[in-house]
Amino acid sequence: MTPVIQLENLSVRLGNRDILRSLTGTLTGRSIGLLGPNGAGKSTLINTLLGFYPPSSGTAKILGNDIRTNANEIRRIVGYMPENDTFIGTMSAVAFVRMMAELSGLPPDAALERAHEALFYVGLGEARYRMVGTYSLGMKQLAKLAQAIVHGPKLVILDEPTNGLDPPARVRMLKLIKEMRDSGTMNIVLCSHLLRDVEDTCEEVLILKQGELVYSANLEEERKLNRRFLELETYGVQNGFVEAAEMLGCECASLSGGRVKLILGDGVEIRDIYKLALDRDLQLRRLSYRRDSLEDIFLKAMEFKGA
Amino acid sequence: MAVYKRTYKGYEGLLTPEWSRFLILPRYAWASLFKQRFLLILYVVCFFYPIGCAVFLYFNANLGALANLIPGAGQMKGFAISGNFFEIFTAVQGSLAFIMTSFIGPGLVSPDLANNALPLYFCRPFSRTEYVLGKLGVVAFLLSFITWIPGLALFLMQWSLADAKWFGENSWLAPAIFLSSFIWILLISFLALAISAWVRWKVVAGALLLLIFFLGSGLGAAINAVMRTEKGAWIDIGKNITRVWQELFRQSESATISVEEAWTSLLCVLALCLWLLWKKIRAYEVIQ
Repeated sequence: MTPVIQLENLSVRLGNRDILRSLTGTLTGRSIGLLGPNGAGKSTLINTLLGFYPPSSGTAKILGNDIRTNANEIRRIVGYMPENDTFIGTMSAVAFVRMMAELSGLPPDAALERAHEALFYVGLGEARYRMVGTYSLGMKQLAKLAQAIVHGPKLVILDEPTNGLDPPARVRMLKLIKEMRDSGTMNIVLCSHLLRDVEDTCEEVLILKQGELVYSANLEEERKLNRRFLELETYGVQNGFVEAAEMLGCECASLSGGRVKLILGDGVEIRDIYKLALDRDLQLRRLSYRRDSLEDIFLKAMEFKGA
Repeated sequence: MAVYKRTYKGYEGLLTPEWSRFLILPRYAWASLFKQRFLLILYVVCFFYPIGCAVFLYFNANLGALANLIPGAGQMKGFAISGNFFEIFTAVQGSLAFIMTSFIGPGLVSPDLANNALPLYFCRPFSRTEYVLGKLGVVAFLLSFITWIPGLALFLMQWSLADAKWFGENSWLAPAIFLSSFIWILLISFLALAISAWVRWKVVAGALLLLIFFLGSGLGAAINAVMRTEKGAWIDIGKNITRVWQELFRQSESATISVEEAWTSLLCVLALCLWLLWKKIRAYEVIQ
């Protein structure tokens, strides 16, 4: 399978400052989250992938196309929804999206048809003849999404798509992103500072810090791994519960207040833990999977000192 | 992605040739421009003088027909149609073209910059050169219809009305008409684009375009008067283009500056405009 994004020692230097430093990695997920604090280089990475900034060394490939040699082909197969207010305010939404489709190479008739469809798809069907400049912030975000998908790209880069949206609009935007992801015809790169949005929509995550790639992982696999971690809250005398669990092959750590953290050993099931507690007349007040949330992953990545 | 289904579907259809995509910008720009009644009226007014010239050429060649309208006109002697006639035509239409540009030009790039729309253009298979060509085309095609196209039409008309000797003596006028207008269109279009790219307010950009011409002319005259020289003409775009037109229409008797100086000055202005556009027309600006 062709990787969606392949970073090969990619560095970018702008204004005598290294913005991205030797990024290397391969991302194959249908939806990829791009995370990092402000100034980490997320937008620079997107702009470099789109050919707006030249790499100072190394290169990157999008769906097999090198950004140094195949920039035009990349722009043909990519749709981009920028973070800032970006539109042509004096045009109606349908004219704006149609023009963008034509610039992507669609013939005028097909562009008009697709513009109507894209605007209906994102939920602006009834407002498509209004000037984009008169739209609310949420509607402008949707218009930007419509122009990004109108030409049927294979990869859509969404830069902070839920910025400034109220909760219902945010939910709707995330639903659209998931639908596009599940349509099977499109890959998505979602750049956001909202971890929840990335966690909800992305299969793979790439975390940047000060221009360096500090974490890259498949969230689905991480989640599967995390299913072996348990956190228990017990009540009463433990009577060798921890030791017995260790005898079964679990790794345990006893904490204050009757709390126990354990990693299930191979072949050990949760029912074995219940049985151990029953044998010792120990009450289990709470049992939860101690899953690393994306927030945990992000915070751990932020503690990373250097690549 | 049918409207009623509201599901996403990719596009697998035909694509337009890449070379033709710069023409998309003029098409959308004209649709928007001609919604403004004032511009439409101004554009129509720009055709009055060529029509008047056509009428003049006709009666000049058919004084007998004029005698039917004005008694005694039959004894009048016809005017000699030469470089001077077409130079005046180019100057009049060039002035109108400048007025048109001062209204159209400022709105070409500045709205895209003000709305941060450039990334939307350049994230597609559409280059900066194509963008500038497209925006240039908005002005250049419109101005062509009021400058060299009617100029050449008048030339052809005169050719058909006059004898073969006239064409033999004046065939050089055709390239002169085209070149003189083409240079002027190129110059004012690039100036308008460059100003539009640097000044985001349309009104200020329009005023600046006028200022460059009139202030340059005034300043040039002041330099000439104070320094007792002719070098002030270097910053007078109007004087330089007039000098080039004089050369093209073989009317250089009253010239005060050399044609080489005029060409150099105009080329410097063009180069400056290109540099300004190159600096400003990009998806994202890098702050040093």
